[in-house]
Amino acid sequence: MRPETETLPVPLLHEISTLLAKDFRLEWRQRAALGGLLLYVGSTVFVCFLSFSLRGGQPPAPAWNALLWVILLFAAINAVAKGFMQESPGQRLYYYTLVRPQAIILAKMLYNALLLGGVALLGLFLYTVFLGNPIQDAPLFVGNLLLGAVGFATTLTLVSGIAAKAGGNGATLMAVLGFPIMVPMLLLLIKVSKNALDGLDHSVSQQSLLTLLALNMLVGAVSYLLFPYLWRG
Amino acid sequence: MKFTWWKVLTVILLLYSAVAGFLLPVPRLAIVNESIRNLYFHVPMWFAMMVILGTSVFRSMQYLRNPSARLDILSHEAAKSGIVLGILGLATGSLWAKYTWGAWWTPDPRLNAAAVALLIYGAYLVLRGSFRDEQQRARVSAIYNIFAFAAAIPLLFILPRISGNSLHPGQTGNPGFNKYDLDSTMRMVFYPAVIGWILFAFWMTQVSSRLAFLQLKLDEK
Repeated sequence: MRPETETLPVPLLHEISTLLAKDFRLEWRQRAALGGLLLYVGSTVFVCFLSFSLRGGQPPAPAWNALLWVILLFAAINAVAKGFMQESPGQRLYYYTLVRPQAIILAKMLYNALLLGGVALLGLFLYTVFLGNPIQDAPLFVGNLLLGAVGFATTLTLVSGIAAKAGGNGATLMAVLGFPIMVPMLLLLIKVSKNALDGLDHSVSQQSLLTLLALNMLVGAVSYLLFPYLWRG
Repeated sequence: MKFTWWKVLTVILLLYSAVAGFLLPVPRLAIVNESIRNLYFHVPMWFAMMVILGTSVFRSMQYLRNPSARLDILSHEAAKSGIVLGILGLATGSLWAKYTWGAWWTPDPRLNAAAVALLIYGAYLVLRGSFRDEQQRARVSAIYNIFAFAAAIPLLFILPRISGNSLHPGQTGNPGFNKYDLDSTMRMVFYPAVIGWILFAFWMTQVSSRLAFLQLKLDEK
C-alpha cells in the first residue's frame, strides 16, 4: 500500500482539509442530526435541573462533576456514532478510490474533535446556567474539558468505524466497545476537573494532564496505523 | 506430540508451587499473616494473563500483515485463555481481600483497572459475535484487539501507580514486592509458580486452538 500513496499527486494535508470541509458541509446540509445532538444535550441538562430542583437547588460539587461527564460521554457517543454509519458502502468505495485511508481517519478525528469541543462548551454553558457554577479554576476546567473532547474524538472515531463494519445495532455496539477503553481516560478527566472545581494548584493536576495528552497521542497514532486495515475490507 | 517436555515441566512446577506454597515457611507479617501465600497463586495468574493477552495481540498483528484462519483462531483462543486467567486472578484476589481487608471488593484503583480489563475482553467477544462473515470478523476483531490493548492495558498499570491511594500490595510507585520483604524462600516458590502458570496458559491455548482447527476442518467438509 505504501508505494501507492507516495505517488499520489495530492498532499495528505490537502486531502484532510477537503474531507474536513466535506464533513462540515454535509453536517450543515443535514441539520437534523446536529439539531438532534444539541437537543439531546439540552434536554438531558434540563432533566437534571428538574430532578435536582425537586430537592431544592444545586447538586453538591461531586455530583455536579459526575453528571456533567456522564452527559458529555453519552453526547459524544451519539455524535461520533453517526460519522461512519451514515455513509453507505458505495460512498465508502468512492472515497477509497479518491483518497488514502490515513487522510480519512485524520479528517474524521479532527472533525469529531471540533464537533465534540463545540458540544462540550455549549453543554457546559447550559449546565452552568441551569445547575449553577461551582468551578473555582475556570481556565483549567475548560482546558481539561477540551482535552476530554479531543480524547473522546480520537478514541471513538476508530470504534465507530469498527461498529459500522459490524452493521445492525451500531450505536449499542459502539457503547459496548468504547466505554471500557474510555474508562482510564474518563478517570483522569474527572480527577482533573475535580481539582479545577476545588481550585487546587495547577501542579497537582500537571501529571494527570500530561498523561491525558500522552494517551490522546497514543490513541491517535494507533488509530492512524490500524485504520487502513479496517478500510481495506 | 513432539515437544511434550514443557508440559511435563508445567505439571511439575504447578504441583510444586501448590505443595511448597502451602507448606514452606513464610515471613510473619501483621494483617496479611498466612494469606501472604496468595502471592504464589494470584500474582502468577495475572502475569500469565498478561503474557497470553500479549500473545493474542501479537497474533492479531500477524493476522493483519498476513491474513489466515489459523492466526485468527490462535489470537481468539489466546484471548479466551487470558479471560479465564483474569477471572481466576479476580477470584483469588477477591478471596484474599475478604480475609485481609474485610470486603470482597473495594473501589481500589487496581481492582477497578482489573475489572475494566475484563470488560474490554468481554467487548471483544461481543464484537466477534456480531459478525456473520468470517473474514470480516477476523479482521475487525484483530483491529479491536490491538486498539484496546494499546489504549487501555498500559494505563491499567500506570494509573493505579500515579493515583497513589491504592491499598493493593506493591502499589504506589513500586511495582515490586519489597513491601512484603519477599525473602529467598518465597522467591523459590514464586518464580517457579510464575513460569508454571505462563506455560499452563500456553498449554490451555494450544488445546483449545486444536479443537477450533478441527472444527474449522469439519466446517470446510
